[in-house]
Amino acid sequence: MKQPSHPHTEPEAGSQGRRNFLKRLLAGGAAAAAAVAPEVACARDTLQRPPEALGLLYDATLCVGCQACVAACKQANANPAEFTAVDKLWDTPLDTSGHTFNLIKMYRNGTMENKDAEQNGFAFMKTSCMHCADPSCVSACPVSAMTKNPVNGIVGYDPDICIGCRYCVAACPFGIPKYQYDSPTGQIGKCELCRHRHKDGHYSACAEVCPTGATLFGRSEDLLAEAKRRLALKPGEWTTMPRGRLPAKDETPEQAAQWKGPLNQDYQAQAGAYLQHVYGEKEYGGTQVLKLSAVNFQKVGMPDLPPKSSAATSETIQHTLYGGLIMPVAVLAGLTWVARRNVVAEAGEEQDKQGEA
Amino acid sequence: MSAHHPAVPVGGKLLNTATAVCGVLIMAMLAVLLVRFIFGLGAVTNLNDGYPWGIWVIFDVIIGSAFACGGFSVAMLVYIFNRGEYHPLVRPALLASLFGYTLAGVGVIFDLGRWWNFWHIFWPGYANPNSVMFEVAVCISAYITVMWIEFSPVFLEKWGLTVQKKRLEKVLFFFIALGTLLPMMHQSSLGTMLVVMGPQVNPLWQTPVVPLLYLLSAITVGYGIVLFESCVASAAYRREIEMHLLQPMAKIMLGVLGLFLAVRLGDLVVRGALGHAFAASLEAFFFWLELFCFVLPYLLIGSAAARRNPARLFLAGIALMCGAMLMRVNGFLIGYDTGLGVDHGWHYFPSIAEMLVTIGMFSVEVLAYIIITRRFPVLPREEAAAAH
Repeated sequence: MKQPSHPHTEPEAGSQGRRNFLKRLLAGGAAAAAAVAPEVACARDTLQRPPEALGLLYDATLCVGCQACVAACKQANANPAEFTAVDKLWDTPLDTSGHTFNLIKMYRNGTMENKDAEQNGFAFMKTSCMHCADPSCVSACPVSAMTKNPVNGIVGYDPDICIGCRYCVAACPFGIPKYQYDSPTGQIGKCELCRHRHKDGHYSACAEVCPTGATLFGRSEDLLAEAKRRLALKPGEWTTMPRGRLPAKDETPEQAAQWKGPLNQDYQAQAGAYLQHVYGEKEYGGTQVLKLSAVNFQKVGMPDLPPKSSAATSETIQHTLYGGLIMPVAVLAGLTWVARRNVVAEAGEEQDKQGEA
Repeated sequence: MSAHHPAVPVGGKLLNTATAVCGVLIMAMLAVLLVRFIFGLGAVTNLNDGYPWGIWVIFDVIIGSAFACGGFSVAMLVYIFNRGEYHPLVRPALLASLFGYTLAGVGVIFDLGRWWNFWHIFWPGYANPNSVMFEVAVCISAYITVMWIEFSPVFLEKWGLTVQKKRLEKVLFFFIALGTLLPMMHQSSLGTMLVVMGPQVNPLWQTPVVPLLYLLSAITVGYGIVLFESCVASAAYRREIEMHLLQPMAKIMLGVLGLFLAVRLGDLVVRGALGHAFAASLEAFFFWLELFCFVLPYLLIGSAAARRNPARLFLAGIALMCGAMLMRVNGFLIGYDTGLGVDHGWHYFPSIAEMLVTIGMFSVEVLAYIIITRRFPVLPREEAAAAH
């Protein structure tokens, strides 16, 4: 390559001094405008779960794959059935969609003899919104239709604001926000932790109906403690498993009265052969929905994610370049100054020519 | 400088084979769009939740706006680097950019699932300054406005509004500066849009320097487009090719391209991502194809002798367009995987209807370019005709 770094290389007669100055100015301006150094003053750290964050704990070893949560979710969100079988008898979605916000998927291997075994076994996994501490969908949404509640951390969606660009669909590493392509007024569909039912004292429908407590509703902090308690148990050890809603350790009667439903639904069950990993504790800065499994999380469909959120990286770049519009205004000032000199010079030249003619 | 080559209308008939074909293709597009707006995106596109963005976004908007950088690249050369000799190239390049961008803006509406809310993106209270797409949308809208202002002397000239033209020209320098800043901002941000997708994008295209890569490739392809368009316009209107301008400009283009390639490859080495290029994968194949397109201009027009050959300039322009196109397709489609290695069975290839819309949008551009260059003073006066 003959001109390694700069377009302005053609030798030219005339004021070299000014040219060189312009070169430097432009090089500086372009570098300032474009060069990206993520770890600078505007660096935005990965956000953490708010202290009162609400979420779910899904324990795959307790799940029996009954899909009661799938049906309850459909009902709670007034979603239509989706048919994939020849005779349209049951709701049989194969994946979450704009009309299915929650699904239990099955992992199968070989003879499928043993539950929660990676070889010749089977296992279940819940697919629904993880309610990230630092959600990519919220960062991506250009119109704040996707928002994170600052108190309970629920990632909510408002179709009246949404422009339907589907950047949230593309951004989510869990593939959760889904769009209704079958409608001219399609919306994004995703789990909002049944926030529309909270005022009536109902918590997430999936947790409410789960017969084994595989899906448990509560504060993420309490759910994380419960998950860690289970991981500390020996596989097969009998223990008390809560169902429905997990009350906080320090819960007052007033706080408890906020939620309907019988409190004491505990039962005795055996601890699973858990992997020593609470999925969602640290992934992407942590999620409010946490998961336990005996089978490798990637194999049951949960992606391997770094502890740093992409939203943090993206917003760091965005605000480094445009924070307070300082850089654009500075570059604009430089460009205006240069353009003014050059355009005026040109107009003058033009007049000279006309004068000669 | 411009006094040497005043722009004049090309003249000639507006109805010919080219404009008739464009008309038919535009009708086909309108038919598809009618179905799309009545029955929804699913009725005409192959979009799905694994690939929520198809060619309407990636070709019509992301690639379309990069291909519309001719005006930006040439204006920067003329007004910022004070290379007035390139002035005759400004108007035609700006015209192509104007249409490229305006249509990219219109094309977005076709793809928006809830298009009637689109104004929310500009509305305080709704607008989300953390969103890269917000930055892109605001910047592109502003740039479209600025470009119409930059181009308006053409209309004022045509309609003999000399007073207004003089008045505008007094402040034009500011719009020229703004017209240089805004593409820098959104062309880089179009790349930054990949960042929030995180590890779903193959490391060959997911990098913190992606804004710089998209900006440099947009500037380079801007010059590539000018080479391409100048050759096409010359052939179509049987005019002399402005070789005395295209030759040195091609040299500048190779310089910016060199800078781009240095950042592109340097970044891959520094991040240790180069290994992905040697995997036996579709992504690796397309990476090499993309790189080949970016290196090809050096093979085609690396020497001064080769740059005197208009056919080679034309091909180098096309090679760069292919490179810039592939880089964007690779980042947003081929190197994008919703499942992060967990196979959800998603796949995407554009439907015929989707392609008809993209082709239709291109036809609108070509048709408008023909009409405007034939009726308005855009292209420089022919040397022979100018010798008065």
